[in-house]
Amino acid sequence: MSIHVRNVSKSFGDFSALEGVSVDVAGGSLTALLGPSGSGKSTLLRIIAGLETPDLGEIIIAGEDATGVRVQDRNVGFVFQHYAAFKHMTVRDNIAFGLKVRKRPKAEIREKVDELLKLVQLEAFGHRYPAQLSGGQRQRMALARALAPNPEVLLLDEPFGALDARVRAELRDWLRRLHEEVHVTTIFVTHDQAEAMDVASQIVVMNHGRVEQIGDPTQLYDEPASEFVMQFVGEANRLGDRWVRPHELDLSPDPAPGALEAQIERVTRYGFDARIELVTADGSELLVQVTRDRLEELELVAGQIVGVVALNERTFAGR
Amino acid sequence: MRRYALRFVALGYLAAILIAPLGVVFYRTFQDGFASAWEALSTTETIHAFKLTLIITAIAVPLNTVFGIICAIAIVRRRFPGKGLLNAFIDLPLALSPVVVGLSLFLLYGRTGWFGGFFERHDIQVLFALPAMVIATIFVSLPFVAREVVPTLREVGDEQEQAARTLGASGWQTFRRITLPSIRWAVIYGVILTTARCLGEYGAVAVISGRIQGQTETATLRVEERYDSFDLAGAYAIAIVLALIAIAVLLLMTLVKPREGTT
Amino acid sequence: MLPIAALVWASRSDGTQAFWGSVTSPQAVAALKLTVGAAFIVAVLNAVLGTITAWVLVRDDFRGKSVINSIIDLPFALPTIVAGLTLLALYGPKSPIGIDIAFTRTAILAALMFVTLPFVVRTVQPVLTEIDKEMEEAAKSLGASELTTFRRVIFPNILPGILSGFALAFAKAVGEIGSLVIISGNLPYKTEVSSVFILGQIESGNPAGAAAVAVVLLVISFAILLGVGAIRHFTTRHDRA
Repeated sequence: MSIHVRNVSKSFGDFSALEGVSVDVAGGSLTALLGPSGSGKSTLLRIIAGLETPDLGEIIIAGEDATGVRVQDRNVGFVFQHYAAFKHMTVRDNIAFGLKVRKRPKAEIREKVDELLKLVQLEAFGHRYPAQLSGGQRQRMALARALAPNPEVLLLDEPFGALDARVRAELRDWLRRLHEEVHVTTIFVTHDQAEAMDVASQIVVMNHGRVEQIGDPTQLYDEPASEFVMQFVGEANRLGDRWVRPHELDLSPDPAPGALEAQIERVTRYGFDARIELVTADGSELLVQVTRDRLEELELVAGQIVGVVALNERTFAGR
Repeated sequence: MRRYALRFVALGYLAAILIAPLGVVFYRTFQDGFASAWEALSTTETIHAFKLTLIITAIAVPLNTVFGIICAIAIVRRRFPGKGLLNAFIDLPLALSPVVVGLSLFLLYGRTGWFGGFFERHDIQVLFALPAMVIATIFVSLPFVAREVVPTLREVGDEQEQAARTLGASGWQTFRRITLPSIRWAVIYGVILTTARCLGEYGAVAVISGRIQGQTETATLRVEERYDSFDLAGAYAIAIVLALIAIAVLLLMTLVKPREGTT
Repeated sequence: MLPIAALVWASRSDGTQAFWGSVTSPQAVAALKLTVGAAFIVAVLNAVLGTITAWVLVRDDFRGKSVINSIIDLPFALPTIVAGLTLLALYGPKSPIGIDIAFTRTAILAALMFVTLPFVVRTVQPVLTEIDKEMEEAAKSLGASELTTFRRVIFPNILPGILSGFALAFAKAVGEIGSLVIISGNLPYKTEVSSVFILGQIESGNPAGAAAVAVVLLVISFAILLGVGAIRHFTTRHDRA
């Protein structure tokens, strides 16, 4: 089911959360809304869910205008940042809730809940209460609960925000695989660009209530549309009014006359590449990424003064 | 040891004010044996007084429970003009003398009052009868349920309710399956407090009941009447029954309280 | 709200002069003075003893603490008239310990102490329970003595609780009647409080006079509600900061 957001604006008091936002999400895709806190990404997600109403604009779900449709009738699955587990119900009852309020037959509910418990790997925990689960388990329960009524759209608000780093990485993989299996149109909100790049096929970058750019991870990294995207997605160096990615800089031990010079502060190496932090004569900091082979070839050490050459650089129209 | 000094002060204070007097009443009531206490309790007027108290309580408590829950939800979840006013006035019965409450109703429903004429023309006895006593009791016990439910509702937050709505639950389904279970201990606690207040009400009822023996005399009024008639044993006997109810209420409160917020 | 309006209207029905006449009659003034004075003394005593009690219940540990903790609520559960009678049994003419304060102002104080006892305890206790132990430890690690820690760290935190408990106890004491009718003796100019005075005026067929004094009590109640609201407002702002 495709989702189209058309020119949506929303203010809370005198704070303008969204200004003329338009986003198209293809049916069956996995989209991330990425932005810093206060960028309006959660508000947009809640408007798509029907938890908030837009001041202007419209929401079209599966070709039908859903702007005035109540949350209850929108058939969206929503996963809350802090899970919103029904504390007085067991895991089974939590998952069954959406089916029970739709007055489905008991046998069907039981079957569906069993299926979902298996999908989220909580078969052994059906009779526990949310308080007896770990954070990751609770999140998976919340996901199963949202999926139970077969929603047309699955919406997740910072789904991994409250979890520790390892569980987070696990759940990320798991969400991607789940999406391949279930194939429901999915939108999730995150402030973590690595998470968005890792999971989503399409990323909507937001800032100050506006959409900065929409694209796949490669597009955002290689062809950022604005300074904001350049800085927010991936790492970036600023050279005057030009911008360059860390891997697009090269170093030479003997700087050519007139070339930009910088002193090496620190060299760190792990995995495939090495990261070199430098300071230029005017005090600005640079980050350079080279392969470890290249690092060994150059024989760089901290304190050394080197020449910096940009292999590719961009400028953005002033904003 | 300062700790023991503080403990001594606190416990001594409680003993002098709370525990010792109650003990003496128990002792006085039963010093002549159970038989005389039972005799004092089984007079027609006394039985009627207890019945009347129970009837009033049975009407006031359910009404105040429903009203309290609605008010609490309105205060915490809704935005509407005059909300601040409602929030402030809900506590008024706690701060206001019950005699003042009784007098207000007396003036409103009395012969010369705003509503008095209406009821007199339709030959409905409000003042010095059950209706006024029920209204007075409802008024003085109004805030207890709302006061208990409001903080719990705030603490629970509305995420669970939003989740229920995204799962397709209607407003009523959300209330019955999500909101009510999460506030149920607060509601029960509020109901216990309301019940205690209804059973023990004196001031407002003293003003508007007319204290007609065997007709509009509640248990608390009966205690005073027995005392004024120099029937100390009778007064003590009724007081003991009310005190036992109070202790039962206390036990219920203790049982319910630790569960608050842990559901 | 309607009953309140009727009350104010009735108090003014005989004109402003009659209103002032009723309020300033010597008996009414004596009753009001006694009521407000006794309520104030009781509220202050409760603020101190209630805070100590809350402290003992939270920080101390002894056998039977949970029973004591439950008993604190007894004055909420016990009909006030029964409370009056129980105090009379212990501190009345037939006192087993030989203390007879019946029909004196001391008796009024005792009865009011009883009925207002839970307020301060129950407003201070939760705050004290929630106070971060770390905050206290931080103060001590910075070199503050026990007394300084209490004065500069704990006390400012429980003060709003003490104040709202104080206000509620004061309001309750001003309006109290049930526990007083038996033990105070209701002697005009001596042990007659305003609530009892109002009841007496109604029973002797002077509802307008009763209404006048009732309006004064009403104003006091409103003032207290506003005060409690202000305290609540202040503390939540404190929390947000």
